[in-house]
Amino acid sequence: MGYTISEKILLAHAPGIKKIKPGDFIEAKVDLCLGNDITSPIAIKEFRKLGRKKVFNQKRVVLVPDHFLPAKDMKSANQANILKEFAGEFGIVNYFELGKMGVEHVLLPERGLIMPGDLMIGADSHTCTHGALGAFATGVGSTDLAYAMAFGECWLKVPETIQLRFTGKLKKWVGGKDLVLHAISDLGVSGALYKTIEFTGETIEALPMDDRFSMCNMAIEAGAKNGIIVPDKTTEKYVKAAIRKYKPVRKTYRLFRGDKDAVYSDIREYNVSGLEPVVAAPHLPSNGKPVSEFQDVKVDQVVIGSCTNGRISDFAQAAAVLKNKKVNPRTRLIVIPATQAVYLEAVREGYAEIFVRAGGVFCTPTCGPCLGGHMGILSEGETAVSTTNRNFVGRMGHPKSYVYLSNPAVAAASAVKGVIAHPADI
Amino acid sequence: MILRGKVHKFGDNVNTDEIIPARYLNVSEPEELAKHCMEDADPDFAGKVKEGDIIVAGENFGCGSSREHAPVSIKAAGVSCVIAKSFARIFYRNAINIGLPIFTAMEAAEVLKPDDRAEVDVGSGQISKAKRKKTYSAEVFPKFIKEIIRSGGLMAYAKKK
Repeated sequence: MGYTISEKILLAHAPGIKKIKPGDFIEAKVDLCLGNDITSPIAIKEFRKLGRKKVFNQKRVVLVPDHFLPAKDMKSANQANILKEFAGEFGIVNYFELGKMGVEHVLLPERGLIMPGDLMIGADSHTCTHGALGAFATGVGSTDLAYAMAFGECWLKVPETIQLRFTGKLKKWVGGKDLVLHAISDLGVSGALYKTIEFTGETIEALPMDDRFSMCNMAIEAGAKNGIIVPDKTTEKYVKAAIRKYKPVRKTYRLFRGDKDAVYSDIREYNVSGLEPVVAAPHLPSNGKPVSEFQDVKVDQVVIGSCTNGRISDFAQAAAVLKNKKVNPRTRLIVIPATQAVYLEAVREGYAEIFVRAGGVFCTPTCGPCLGGHMGILSEGETAVSTTNRNFVGRMGHPKSYVYLSNPAVAAASAVKGVIAHPADI
Repeated sequence: MILRGKVHKFGDNVNTDEIIPARYLNVSEPEELAKHCMEDADPDFAGKVKEGDIIVAGENFGCGSSREHAPVSIKAAGVSCVIAKSFARIFYRNAINIGLPIFTAMEAAEVLKPDDRAEVDVGSGQISKAKRKKTYSAEVFPKFIKEIIRSGGLMAYAKKK
């Protein structure tokens, strides 16, 4: 019986174990562990309780204060400071101070810190994003992070794999975000609970990396442990460029692929050649429907950014819609590049100017409004269209506010129209 | 050990944004987090919950963010255990890691009603309404998880190692 790519990566990180199967528990070696300004303070407190003088590897612990920075208030400044002091004391190489900081799941791949074949844990649920590189990356909690910082290990249950096969050529204005919203509307928010989602098929093979990241990013919204895409030429090109540009400590990687006789708990096929852009209505990411089914939904705020859609190609799409257009007077447009590199490129390419001339704001990298942190909180009764990943009750502000999830082009079109709109109608 | 408490009932897909909204995540002290426990699912919860009370919920309890603040706030609010039809996986591991007892029990989650008094035998995973003979079984934990639970959480397990 063969292995899936996820099983192969887990097996390669489980010393002394010769065979694994779904349901087995392993104490796996992690290549990288990650924390942010919300989850790390608890992890650091737990780590200190162990009384250890060192982290397992100073180069493999990554701390990114991206959620509430630039500090939104004194308490969040205090939280961020816990990371800074810890990083100084323990010689953490990859601590990212404001100015270098970016949204963690965009920053790490960009800098070549996460590689194909890696096993990574992150105290952030969207750690599954990194599976787009052919790595096994999963979200855990703060105590798990503390344990990994100390021992370089994490307990994991080997998940079953659901394979999602996509066929067909995508229409204009349709991308990775639409594919994953479409899949989640089919699976439901717990349809992949404890499982791996493996995205495959000719449509995925033709997708650029940015779109692949968007897809793996939202695997958690179907309850999955990780999302993964078998690495190919597109992956290698991306990784090699990151290595050239940022010269990370580790420059080697391993390309895993599943066996022909690998076992899947479920295989689903989607022909997506006719797929329209998908919008997920409040209050679950699984409420996805074609954008044309949303009529006269008035929009108070549009957010373009986040670990789902804060990459340069996302802004290219939004800029294509917003060029020489004005944001509707009843709507606010907030654009947040995920990293400093994306920010600079958006300036160089002229996208930043397009957003500002249209009447939007172009902000410093942060998770900010995605989780109702800062820089765009909704008041009671307000509605947002957002390129982020969650539309739970109160996610972006008041418990009686409403978030619709979409791709960047739909978000931009909705900003212009002041109602949920198809980019082709602009 | 037997846990006894009043039932607070919630539905399916209760997410961590409801359990502890991000607006309170600029602190990590358990007693501060407890003040806002379950606030966006039931704004009165923190005011009415009593030491030992039990949360009973539907499918996929604790979905969403990885914030350990969610089980921490529940534990610090005095809740003795959570019974659900199923748990989201990061919440599940966080609860195990910090020593908040959780039970996956389809039937019990169905039968227990708001304000019932419930009893949970932690060792055997048997759940019942107070003063009733009929018991409902929770799923048995795998051996590896049992070891972490028996140690009192992941950090205690680590110290033993």
